[in-house]
Amino acid sequence: MLYFSKLRILFISILTIVFVLIASSNLIKNNEDSLFNKKINLGLDLQGGSYLLLEIDNDPVIEQKLQNLTTTIRNYFKEKDIRINNIKIVDQNIFFNASEQNKQIIIDVFNDENSDLNPYYPRFKSHQLILEETELNFKVNFSRQGLITLKTSSQDQAIEIVRRRIDEIGTNEPNILKRGNNRILVELPGLDDPMRIKSLLGKTANLTFRFVTKSKEDTFGVEKLKYENDIDEAIVSKRIIISGDNLLDAQPRMDSQTNETVVSFSLDRVGAKRFGKATSKGIGKQLAIVLDGKIISAPVVRDTIASGSGQISGGFTFQSATDLALLLRSGALPAPLNIIEERTVGPDLGQDSINAGMIALAIGFFLVIIFMFVKYKIFGLITNFTLIINLLILLGILTLFEATLTLPGIAGIILTVGMAVDANVLIFERIKEELKNENNNILAFDSGYTKSRTAIIDANITTLLAAIILFFMGSGPIKGFSITLGVGIFTSLFSVYFIARLLTGLYVSRHKNKERLI
Amino acid sequence: MISFNKYYNHFNFISSLLIIISLILLIFKGLNFGIDFKGGTLIELRSSDVKINVSSLRDKFSQMNLGDVSVKKFGNDTDYLIKFENKDKKANIIEEIKMNLDKSFGNNFDFRRVENVGPKVSAELLKSGIIAISLSLAVMLFYIWIRFEWQFSLGAILALFHDVIVTLGVFSLFNLEINLSIIAAVLTIVGYSMNDTVVIFDRVRENLRKYSDIKIYELTNISINETLSRTIITSATTLFALLAIYFFGGEILKGFSLAMILGVVFGTYSSIYIANTVLVRLKVSQKTVLRDDDK
Repeated sequence: MLYFSKLRILFISILTIVFVLIASSNLIKNNEDSLFNKKINLGLDLQGGSYLLLEIDNDPVIEQKLQNLTTTIRNYFKEKDIRINNIKIVDQNIFFNASEQNKQIIIDVFNDENSDLNPYYPRFKSHQLILEETELNFKVNFSRQGLITLKTSSQDQAIEIVRRRIDEIGTNEPNILKRGNNRILVELPGLDDPMRIKSLLGKTANLTFRFVTKSKEDTFGVEKLKYENDIDEAIVSKRIIISGDNLLDAQPRMDSQTNETVVSFSLDRVGAKRFGKATSKGIGKQLAIVLDGKIISAPVVRDTIASGSGQISGGFTFQSATDLALLLRSGALPAPLNIIEERTVGPDLGQDSINAGMIALAIGFFLVIIFMFVKYKIFGLITNFTLIINLLILLGILTLFEATLTLPGIAGIILTVGMAVDANVLIFERIKEELKNENNNILAFDSGYTKSRTAIIDANITTLLAAIILFFMGSGPIKGFSITLGVGIFTSLFSVYFIARLLTGLYVSRHKNKERLI
Repeated sequence: MISFNKYYNHFNFISSLLIIISLILLIFKGLNFGIDFKGGTLIELRSSDVKINVSSLRDKFSQMNLGDVSVKKFGNDTDYLIKFENKDKKANIIEEIKMNLDKSFGNNFDFRRVENVGPKVSAELLKSGIIAISLSLAVMLFYIWIRFEWQFSLGAILALFHDVIVTLGVFSLFNLEINLSIIAAVLTIVGYSMNDTVVIFDRVRENLRKYSDIKIYELTNISINETLSRTIITSATTLFALLAIYFFGGEILKGFSLAMILGVVFGTYSSIYIANTVLVRLKVSQKTVLRDDDK
């Protein structure tokens, strides 16, 4: 057990040095060498920043889709000359009735794998919709798979828009990830006041241009909308002249004539054409600019605007005009987003946490080292040396994988320092016992290592299992803890079985005949 | 050699009592869940004006219509921790509070940390925390069962239950806050306590194979004594590390390290006085381990 071949010694030394070097790259700034320019990432709790968990409110999307579906279903059967009656939406279900003779035809239409009305997903062996019939009352609803597809697609759209909006603000290295099928996680390092981002993400930014009507009758229907000030109201046609989709660009600008901040926009070809036509017909009418169901302003059309560009005024400050332009440029969210979890840490608290963590590490380390030296003398020194190497290798591995270090992660490292000596203690205590019945130092050391092995392995596996469960169940900072704890187990076993054993081996073979060796 | 076995019955009685008291506390008093598990808003404030104190802050916050607000000092004299339910779920509540505070106290506050957990998320976090702890207990049970015999497995799990329940009992008794990091601490306690038990069990098994004429009552005592110095040294170094975190690691890690310190103490105790007594009560003998070797 105590013998190491030269090759093995060389291998262990090289491996150790490489990890130590990798760990040291955290101290050097801007080095170009590819292996050594890796760094440990600091978690949001250490470097400061904002963590936001957004949930997509899919109800309006589903509502809208069902609305469209009702029209589709009605038209579909009308075309085929199949009478269906009383089609309506109740509680996110479409209901209608039909006569007995049409019953089977309708059922067949919904169950046809090549149906235009009800798309079939061969991959999931499922239709988009499910049809249920009881006594000629039909109920149409999204299937499980249909709902999932719908949610995933709205999540895909939403994450794209969220990314654009955050990129527009220009925070450094945002981390935007999907969570489940209706959530988006946003991590914004270095951002200590997420107020602006929160307000930008909280807006759907659904922009429409619609005429204000006096009469309550309009072929497209009308609705009563409030102005931004929540007081004034106007009746607005449901007919959409142009929407946010038609925008090519939007920018905040100072109107030189009125000295007011406005948002100027330019339209795509289709939008420009429609805008030109509408403004030529609607001279003298009020055109309402509606954002998320509220009227920003409703200027009177004075001229035909054929250039495909225009401006929105609405008593903006420069900031609010900038934000509106940004929202319009990045596009509308498919559905409203709710912030269901927010954690923000200021940079100075992060720095305080780093300092406290480092002090605790230094003190914990110092206490353990002193204790081990007092208890085991020369073997204590070996353990302490191993402990330092262990710590460096641990940092090296975290650096190599560019792991994220969190405050609980630092706690995990400190805990590793306390627990890493366990394996050495188990071995040394065993050797002491063996020496009671064994005069040959080398044999006693050998059996000390061999006999303590099962206990060491079992004991470490239990801690490792706990760390693995934490890794999969925990979030953010806690995950950081499970990483350092788990990696710490491997590095401490490596350093105990290779480095410490090599050193004890060297020492024991030089002091073969010394009494009371340990 | 210390006669640990003389006190097996006494300490079994005390442990049962501790578990019962803890369970009563957990059922009737319950745990003080933080916003992670209850939902709500937390703000860590630092004021630059020494004249501001807890009661003036508390007065101000209670005027803000936030529901049940708790205002506490947090570490430093100038740091405060404010928690409230945010029942109306106002999105821009933080900005309102900021403006309100600036109006009454002047621009003297630094918002060092803000956490806002919605009711849906907190329910999920609680659920996953409970799953994590149950899963870890199940995994440990399974691991010991494949590595040792079932009697050992039962002993180890009883010891684990004891550690987890009594640690939570202490948290309930002193009304200490349970947050995400406490769950991490409890899981680590599970790992640590298991680690400690496994080392002693490993020795018990070895001694069972070695001596056929020593009764388990004696044999556990021998094994505990043989591994005693390791038990003491490892718990000592682990406690050193944890005490360093508790006293110097900052306010945020206080609860975490306290839970771990309690866990290490209970874990060390339970490895000796619960895990082993189960072996004695189940009359484990050489046959138990040899039968397994024949397989």
